[in-house]
This record gives sequence, structure tokens and C-alpha cells, in this order.
Amino acid sequence: MVMFWASLLAISILLYVLLDGLDLGVGLLSGLASGEARRGAMLGAVAPIWDGNETWLVVTAVILWGAFPVVYANLLSAYYLPVIVMLLGLILRGVAFEFRYKTQRLRWIWDLSFAGGSLIATFIQGMTVGALVEGLPFTNGEYSGGEVGWLTPFAVLCGVGLCFGYALLGACWLVRKCEAEVRDVARRQIPMLAIGVLAFLVAVFAYALAEHLPILHRWIDRPYLFVFPVIGAGAATVLALSILNHDDYLPFYMVAMVFVAAFGTLALSFWPYMIPSVITVQQAAAPPSSLAFMFWGCGLIVFPLMLLYTVVSYSVFRGKANTTAGYH
Amino acid sequence: MDMTALLLSRIQFAFTITFHIIFPSFTIGLAAWLTVLEALCLATGRPVYRVIFEFWLKIFGVAFGLGVVSGIVMAFQFGTNWSVLSKMSGPIQGPLLMYETFTAFMLEASFFGVLIFGRSRVPPWFYLFSTAMVALGTTFSAFWIMVNNSWMQVPSGYVLQNGVFVPNDWSKILFNSVVWSRFPHMLLASYLTGAFCVAATGAWYMLRKLYHAEARIMLRMGLGLAAVLMPIQLLFGHLAGEYVNTYQPSKMAAIEGRWNDEKPGSEVLFAWPDVEHRRNLFAITLPPPFGSLIDSDSLTAAETGLNSIPPANWPPVVVPFFAFRIMVGCGLVMLGLAWLGSYLSYKHRLAYNRFMLWLTFFSFPLPFIAIITGWFTAEVGRQPWVVFGVLRTADAMTPFLTTRQATISLAIFCGVYAFIFLFGTFYIYRLIRAGPARKPFELPHIVVPNRPMSLADDEPIAEPSHVIAGE
Repeated sequence: MVMFWASLLAISILLYVLLDGLDLGVGLLSGLASGEARRGAMLGAVAPIWDGNETWLVVTAVILWGAFPVVYANLLSAYYLPVIVMLLGLILRGVAFEFRYKTQRLRWIWDLSFAGGSLIATFIQGMTVGALVEGLPFTNGEYSGGEVGWLTPFAVLCGVGLCFGYALLGACWLVRKCEAEVRDVARRQIPMLAIGVLAFLVAVFAYALAEHLPILHRWIDRPYLFVFPVIGAGAATVLALSILNHDDYLPFYMVAMVFVAAFGTLALSFWPYMIPSVITVQQAAAPPSSLAFMFWGCGLIVFPLMLLYTVVSYSVFRGKANTTAGYH
Repeated sequence: MDMTALLLSRIQFAFTITFHIIFPSFTIGLAAWLTVLEALCLATGRPVYRVIFEFWLKIFGVAFGLGVVSGIVMAFQFGTNWSVLSKMSGPIQGPLLMYETFTAFMLEASFFGVLIFGRSRVPPWFYLFSTAMVALGTTFSAFWIMVNNSWMQVPSGYVLQNGVFVPNDWSKILFNSVVWSRFPHMLLASYLTGAFCVAATGAWYMLRKLYHAEARIMLRMGLGLAAVLMPIQLLFGHLAGEYVNTYQPSKMAAIEGRWNDEKPGSEVLFAWPDVEHRRNLFAITLPPPFGSLIDSDSLTAAETGLNSIPPANWPPVVVPFFAFRIMVGCGLVMLGLAWLGSYLSYKHRLAYNRFMLWLTFFSFPLPFIAIITGWFTAEVGRQPWVVFGVLRTADAMTPFLTTRQATISLAIFCGVYAFIFLFGTFYIYRLIRAGPARKPFELPHIVVPNRPMSLADDEPIAEPSHVIAGE
């Protein structure tokens, strides 16, 4: 039962990263775009799906609370300000979709809140994961790092890295969904973003080696973990080829595969810990009576339906978005 | 433990949840009303029901969207500010909120897509079914939230093991008299909110001599529903009071402003509770046995006073005392309005009685005030406990939260919420002012199931064209 909920948690986090990652990436790129029409087209490419994507964050939060309450309580309280500022970023990003078309004179406010909200949320997500990898200060199972115990150069590096990562995902989504100028600009951005992501990965690896991060031991213990970087490298090669071939569809799936590989690497390096070297999955799990109660309703019936619903809503909006008319 | 951080955390929770409850309490009622309209339209074939349906569906979309946005925060706030509570009660509250999120996502989000997209794509019966499913989804949401809160009011079905509330009987947690008096109380409150908002809108059109046919139906149905539901609501309010009297004597004594044990009890109608000297100033009191009659349905029952409860276990007396009276006051005014308005409507005199129309128009804040003050009574009255009798609020907070962090987060929430609330309410106001469209409903260019507010997108504000040319 614990494994079941750990898997559902992993699926929810991965779906969130992939799906909201692409929206947030498009948001980041819209901050770089000049011109009303282009920004409108970019917004339109994610408008139908962003809300459903964000739902996976809430799903992640409630699975964490219901199935692993100790981790939920420890992480959210340790990341107090980052979590609240991230929520603020997501709210600003979300209402921008709704209010942008209610005004023309003040549209710049909503364009700013779309790009700025995406930037804040992305950076914080990367930073918090980075701090977790490096190891949060814990004493006797309680967070003891104070107000900014998560703020380290490595965490900031990871925040910047995720901005590149999501932007890459977003650019590939734009190539897939859009046409004409928006697609061409996004295609030109992909190599630069990909180089940025690569540089980030090299920097992370160098830092981990230099600082002797405990997570590195997992790699020596478990050589099979190297299968994920190999998959990631393969996907990156196909990505490069598909860009050279001007393929509109492959790049997105390849970048998604890179993300899956990165996620798999991270998850298996953490195992069996949820908070590295502090709390294991088994220790964090709620009592069996709670897990069973959730299993028979949410786990067995509703979760599969939610996956189905996600697939259906994506297939409704498949193909190129109508960018010439903007999204309105 | 930082006491200022504790106070700020409590204010923050109160602020964010008060802001949030405004929207669900409106949309739960509205969803049910939309189902009735759609059913009436199918049954009678009268197009006017369709026109009203489409009009309120747009407003539903905006309010629903604001409810979703403000609700996301709630899923995180237990962990950020109340880490001890969320660690201890996670095995019970976590699963309950998970059911809330999952059922809401499944029913509300997916079937709402059909409401927006599906009119021309699905058979009429399925459209009606989808409307009912959205209403059912909002009702389920309310149910899980009420179960969750009722467990904090009267914890049951658990054992405390190693500082964790371990559930050992979910049927006790889900099916107990506390849940089943409070859940209907909240549901009826939401229906009444919907009813009064609809009636007030109808009254406004009547006063402006617009949309006469639609306005008449809104007025008649809104007031009629309220006239039927109000007495039932008073009954469930009374039942909800009984659980307070049984399980939470400190809250009851604060609500009643009762200082000394009495047998039988008297009933304080109005007073100014002077907590320092443990007495009531300017009290208007009904003699015994009215207090026992109201609180315990008995002529002779003994009622507990605050003096026999240690002051460390008292709630802040003044808040539940006044919040409760404001709630009941709003309820009685709504009852009077609903009955009088329905009587006039039955006699076909309401449309000409401008005074009554104005009263109905100005009544729309009453159900919101009643709901908020009702929750203040329940939640502030529960203090100093977060899980009544078991865990104190002061012990439930994140132990290392500082005043500075709590100040920053509270300021952020106030700023952002004020900002989106202003835009949201302005937008609903503009929709209502514009009124129902009598042309056949057309789909806006892009409306999508995951963007409820997009339904109301079809008319961007017209602004001077040189602004566009300049871009």
C-alpha cells in the first residue's frame, strides 16, 4: 500500500513537471517576446490546458498530506516563504489568462503577471528541489535551518537550471502547437536553451563532485542508475537531429523524455528516502487505516479517471492552435 | 514559540478562508439552481428558462474560477503554518481533503466542460445530467470539507498513537450527528445564498424596467425557494446548536454570554460581555427557562457557565457572542423578506411595490454575512483548541515560524487577494448589469473546459482604437 501511494505521488509529480512545466516555459518565453500578436499566440498555445495542468500540483499536495503527512508538514513549513511566493506566482499567472482580454490599455499588467508569475514559480520549484538534493538542515527529524536555510548557491543554480529546462520544454511545445513566426522564433531558441540546460547539468555534476554531496554515493552503490542519463543523452541526440530536420513534433517528446530521465535519476537517487538522509518513504507513510481508506476510492477509481480525463482533454486540443486569430 | 507569529498565522488562515468561502457558498447554490432551470426548460420547453440558464452560467464561471484560484492556497496552508497539526492529523484530515480534491476535480472540472462546450454536441438529457453532476460535485466538495471541519470540532473514530491521530473507525468520522447537522446547515446556507442573489438580480432588473419576463422568474423562484428553505435552515441551525451544547460547553457559554451555571438557564438576547469582570453590561435577558428551552429543548436542564470552565479554555467570548447574533439576525431578516416577498408575488403585487423591490435588491449581502459570521462563531468559538479538547491552536503551529515570515506572507496574501477580488467582483457586476442575452446562445471563439471564466469572454471592453493602433 505504501508503494502504491509512493507510485501515485511519483506519477503526479512527473505529470505536474511535464505539463505545467511546458505552460510555465511558455510563460517565461513570452517575457522575451516582443509584440502583442506573438504574446497572444503564445498564451493561446497553453490557454486550454494550463488549469488542468496546475491541478496536478494540488493533487501532489493532497497525496503528500494524506499518504506521507510527515513529509508534507516538514517540507512545506521549511519552505515557508518559497511556497507562499510560488503560490502568488501561480495565482498571478493564472488570472492573467482570464483578465488579459478584459482590457487593452492595461494589458501590459497581465502580460507582465503572466511572464513574471511563471518566472517566480519556476525558479522556486527548481530552487526547492535543489535544496532538497543538497540536503536541508535537519536536527532529530525537525527542520532546523531557520528562515532561509534552503538558500544556497546550489539551490539558486538549480532554480536557474529549471528556468532553462522549462523554457526548453515550452519552446518545443510552441514549435509543436504554433505556426509562422512564433514557431520559427521558438525553433531558433531551442539550441540556445538546450546548451543552457547542458551547461547547468555539467555545473551541477561538478558541484556535486566538489562538495561530495551524499547523494553521489547512491551512484556508486547503484550503477544501474546510469541507464537514465543514457536515455537522456539518447533523447538529446534525437532532439538535435529533429531540430536540424525542422520536425515540429519530435522535439517536444524528446525534451519530455529528457525530463522523465532526469526525474527517474532523482527519484531513484533519493530512494528509499523522501527527504534525503532524514525520512524514508516507509517512515513517512500514514497508518495503514488511512492508506486503505484512500485506496478504495481515490486510488482505485478516481485517479485512473483523472488520467483518462487528462488524455481526453489533450486529444481534444491536439494539432496546431489557431494562432493567426490569437486565442481570442 | 513566537506569539506574534501565532496571531498572524491565525489572521492569515481566517483571511484566506473567509475570502475563499464567499465563492463556493455562491456556486454550490447556483449549480443546484442551474440544474433546476435546465430541468424546467426540458419539461416546459419555455425558452425563457434557457435564457436565464445561459446568463447565470456565465456568472457561475467567474465565481467558480475565483473559488478554484483561492482554494489552491488552502491545500498548502495547513503545512506551511500548522506543521504540527498537519503532522498529527494528516492521517485523518489528509485523506478527507484528498477525497475533496479528487471528487471535485472529477465531477466539477470534467462536466463543467460539457456545460460550456456540449450544448450542440450532446443530447439534451445528457446536458441536464452534466449540470446535475456539476451540482453534485460542488455538494460533495462541501460534504468532505464539512466532515473535515466537524472532526476538528468533535474528534471521533481515532486513537492517539505516538503523537499521531490514527483513524480506527472511518464510519464514525463520516457518519455522525455532528456532520449530518452541520453539512445540511452549510448546504442550505449555500442554496439560500444562491436564492437571494438571484432574487436580488431580478429585483434590480424590475427596478430598472429591464428583462421583465426573466426578472419575474428570478424574483419568484428566488424568493419562493428562500421562503421554503429558511424555516428548514432555522431547524438545522438549532440542531447544529445541540451538538455545540453537548460537546463544546465553552463555545455554548460564550455564544450565550452565560457566566454562571444555571438550572434552568436564562437567555441573553443582547448584551455587551465584559470579560474582565465576568459579567454582561446592558443585558436584555429572557428569564428561565428560556435558555434551557433553546439550548437543550428542556424546561429544567442545567446549563454550563464560563465560570465553571478554566479561563485557559475559554474562547475569545466577544467574537462568537456577536457573530452568532449577527448570523441569526440576518437569518430572521431573510425569513421575513422571503415570506413577505413570496406573498406579494403570489398576489401579483410585487412588481409594483418598489420599496419591497429595493429591499430585495439590497438583501443580497445578507446570506454572505450570515455564512461568514456563522463560520466565525464555529471556528473562533472552538478556540483555544484547533482539534477540540485534544490539541491547542498554540501547540499546532509550525514551531520555528517567525514573526517576520508570517508578516511577509500575510501582506502578500492581502495584496494579491484584494487585487484579484476587485477585478473578479467588478467583472461579475458588469455581467449582471449587462443582463441576459435574448439571442440564441453562441459559443465564444475559444472556450475551454479548464477555463471556466472564458465563458464570459465574448465581449472585451471597447476602448479607443488609437490605443490598439499604437501597439
